[in-house]
Amino acid sequence: MTSGLWELVLKGVWVTIQLLVCSSLLAAAVSFVVGVARTHRLWIVRFLAGLYTEVFRGTSALVMIFWVFFVLPPAFGWQLVPLWAGTLALGLTYGAYGSEIVRGALNAVDPAQKEGGIALSFTPWQRMKLILLPQAVPEMIPPFSNLLIELLKGTALVSIMGMGDLAFSGNLVRLALQESAEIYTYILIVYFVIAFLLTRVMRGLEKKLKAGVGKKPADKTRAPEPVVVEAVR
Amino acid sequence: MNWDWSAVSDFMPDFWEGLLVTLQILVLGSLISFVLGLVWALLMRSPSRWVTWPVGAVTEFVRNTPLLVQLFFLYYVLPEWGLTFSALATGVFAIGLHYSTYTMQVYRAGIEAVPAGQWEAATALNLPLRRTWSAVILPQAVRRVVPALGNYVIAMLKDTPMLMAISVLEMLGHARLFSQEHFQFTEPLTVIGVAFIVISYLASLALRALERRLAH
Repeated sequence: MTSGLWELVLKGVWVTIQLLVCSSLLAAAVSFVVGVARTHRLWIVRFLAGLYTEVFRGTSALVMIFWVFFVLPPAFGWQLVPLWAGTLALGLTYGAYGSEIVRGALNAVDPAQKEGGIALSFTPWQRMKLILLPQAVPEMIPPFSNLLIELLKGTALVSIMGMGDLAFSGNLVRLALQESAEIYTYILIVYFVIAFLLTRVMRGLEKKLKAGVGKKPADKTRAPEPVVVEAVR
Repeated sequence: MNWDWSAVSDFMPDFWEGLLVTLQILVLGSLISFVLGLVWALLMRSPSRWVTWPVGAVTEFVRNTPLLVQLFFLYYVLPEWGLTFSALATGVFAIGLHYSTYTMQVYRAGIEAVPAGQWEAATALNLPLRRTWSAVILPQAVRRVVPALGNYVIAMLKDTPMLMAISVLEMLGHARLFSQEHFQFTEPLTVIGVAFIVISYLASLALRALERRLAH
C-alpha cells in the first residue's frame, strides 16, 4: 500500500471517530430524556416515551439511515449534511436502546431511597438529580459500554450512503489495488483497536463513578455480557 | 409531503419477494448461529489453553468489529482464495458467524447456571462425559437460554438489511431498486420501515409467550 492510500484510511478513521463522538452524544441525551420520561408519573409521558422506544428499537438502523437520507429531504424540504444525517439516524436508534438501560437502572435503585427523598420533601427534580441518578448512573456504565461498541459497529453503515468513513475507505483501496484480503484485515483491526480502547475508557469511568458512591466495580475477570435486545415487557 | 398510494401497491409484489428472502436469511442465519455458538461455548470449556485462547481471541475479534466489513471481507476475499459462493450464501454465513459470538455467551451463562449438584450426580452415576453433556447438562442449559437466544434472533432480523451491500435482494435491496427505477423513495422505504417494526414487535410478543410457557 502506498502512502496516499494510507492517508485515505486515516481520513476514514477521522470521519468514523467524528461520527462516533457526535452520535454517541446524541444517543446519550436521547437515552436519558426518554429513559427518565419512562418513569414519569403522568401516563401520557410514559406512553409517548414507550412508543418512541418501540418504534426506534423495532426498525433496523440501516433502514433508518436510508430514511433520513432519502425520505426526510423531499418530505420536509431540508437536506442534512451527511455527517449530521448519519448522527441523527444512529443517535435516535441507539438512543432508544440506551433509554431501556436508563429505565432499568433507575428502577433498580432501592425504593427506600426514593421514599427517603419524599419524606425529606425533596421535589421530584431534586430526587432525580440528588438521589436517583448518582446511584443509577454507575450501574449504567457496563451496559452503556456494550452499547457504545454496537454504535461503533453501526457507524460502518454510513459507508453505504457514500460517506467517507473507515469502511468506505477500505472499499476505495480495494478498488484501487484490486486486492482485498490485506486492506479489509487492516480495517477490521483498526475497528477492533478502537473498540478495545473504548472498553478500557468505560471501565475506568465505571471505577471512578462507583468509587464516588462507595461501591466496587464489577468483577474484572468476567467477560462483558453483550447488549441484550430485550423483548418488550 | 406527498404520499402516493399507487406507488405502495406497485411496490407490494417486490416487497413480498424481499420479505421471503429476509426470512430465509433470518432462519438459516439463526440456525448457523445457534450451532456455531454452542460449538464455541463447548470449546471454551476445554481444559487446554491452546484451545480456549485462540477461540476466545477470534470470537472477541468478530464480536467487536462491524458485520458490514466482515461481509465485504468474506464476499471479496473468499473468491480470491478460490472459494466462490453466492452472495446470499456468503451473507447468511457471515451473519450466522457474527451472531454465534453472541450466542456463545448466552450458552456459557446457561451452562454455568446448571447447579453443581447435577454434575456431581452425573459423576456419582458414573455417566460417561458425552452422556453427561447430552442427557444432563445441555437439556437444562438450553432450556434456560431460549428467551435470550430469541432476543438475538430479533436483533439479527434488524441486521439483515446489511446484506444489501453485497447485492443480496432482501427487503431493503428491493426497496432501493424500486426507488431508483421509479424515483419514488418515500413509499417503499416507509413500507419496509413499518414492516420491520411490525415483525419485530410480533416476534417479541411471541417470544414473551414462549418465555412464559418455558417458565412452567
